Amino acid sequence: MIYRAEVFVTLKPVVNDPAGLTIKGGLHALGFDSVTNVRAGKYLVVTLEADDEDQARSRLEEMTRQLLANAVIEDYRIELQPIAEPASPSGAGPSAHASGASVPGERLRRSGQGGGS
Amino acid sequence: MRTGIIVFPGTWSDRDCGHAVGDILGQRTRYVDHREERLDDLDLVILPGGFSYGDYLRCGAIARFAPVMEAVIDFANRGGLVLGICNGFQILQEARLLPGALLRNASCEFRCEWVNLRVEQSESAFTLDSRPGQVLRIPISHGEGNFFADPQTLEAIERNGQVVFRYCAQDGRVTAESNPNGSLSNIAGIANARGNVVGMMPHPERACEDLLGGTDGLALFRSAMHAVARVAA
Repeated sequence: MIYRAEVFVTLKPVVNDPAGLTIKGGLHALGFDSVTNVRAGKYLVVTLEADDEDQARSRLEEMTRQLLANAVIEDYRIELQPIAEPASPSGAGPSAHASGASVPGERLRRSGQGGGS
Repeated sequence: MRTGIIVFPGTWSDRDCGHAVGDILGQRTRYVDHREERLDDLDLVILPGGFSYGDYLRCGAIARFAPVMEAVIDFANRGGLVLGICNGFQILQEARLLPGALLRNASCEFRCEWVNLRVEQSESAFTLDSRPGQVLRIPISHGEGNFFADPQTLEAIERNGQVVFRYCAQDGRVTAESNPNGSLSNIAGIANARGNVVGMMPHPERACEDLLGGTDGLALFRSAMHAVARVAA
């Protein structure tokens, strides 16, 4: 299966976030006085092949711990969903867009899925 | 002192380091490609400043997995002298050779200016020639040099004397005004417990000639030369 993971990397609550504070200041300057806090983070979309969801999740945990997030300052959350069977060698037609390389930025979230953490 | 200067894609201060150690101090230097895997011929390894791998993801995060880094970690564990400057400091932290992390400057500004550093201890390989309390004038040039560590780690590095440099006023007082980036406890540079690995945000290689505004940076490289000579003796 091909899986699409959304990885949210955020600074730990105890870590000061100058970028978030600056953005909050900008929002206040625009008159959004109701904003009490902004935290800035990183959003990564990782497309990968795996036998099943457990394997996909454990690979993602491993790569996030090793590289995508720095445990000294950051927390992370991974949301995972299957997007397609790998394209078969003879595959043409409807699944062709699921080859991974051709889908950057495409919204593939299906209704009723995603959102869980 | 046989010095190797690691060059990653995006490193920019390698030639400055080579000029300081090679041309000014007359030491044997060579540039080490990030794909090299052996550092046995060296006494000192410098990880210079710059923007390795475009600072993508996090400063130093990708460089940490370059082939040469296994050799750097080995070299450090065997007691070899390692100096990480600016981006090099960030890489050493990502490689867990040094504790803590460097966050975006509290001001969100890139700060490029001369600062005063108080030498906190003279045990590290790069401060042997300095005395505690001495003030060095050395420039910084970074956007993400805001030293952070969790309270336990911070307490441990303070207790172990691993804080090597603090931002200070001209007279050596450690003040909020002299802190250019929001670093905890004004920390500008730290060492590992053994003292052979040092990371710092300021650029000593850019303070080695009067023509460039000062020579206080030479003290670090001369200290390393004496540390190497001491081991050889």
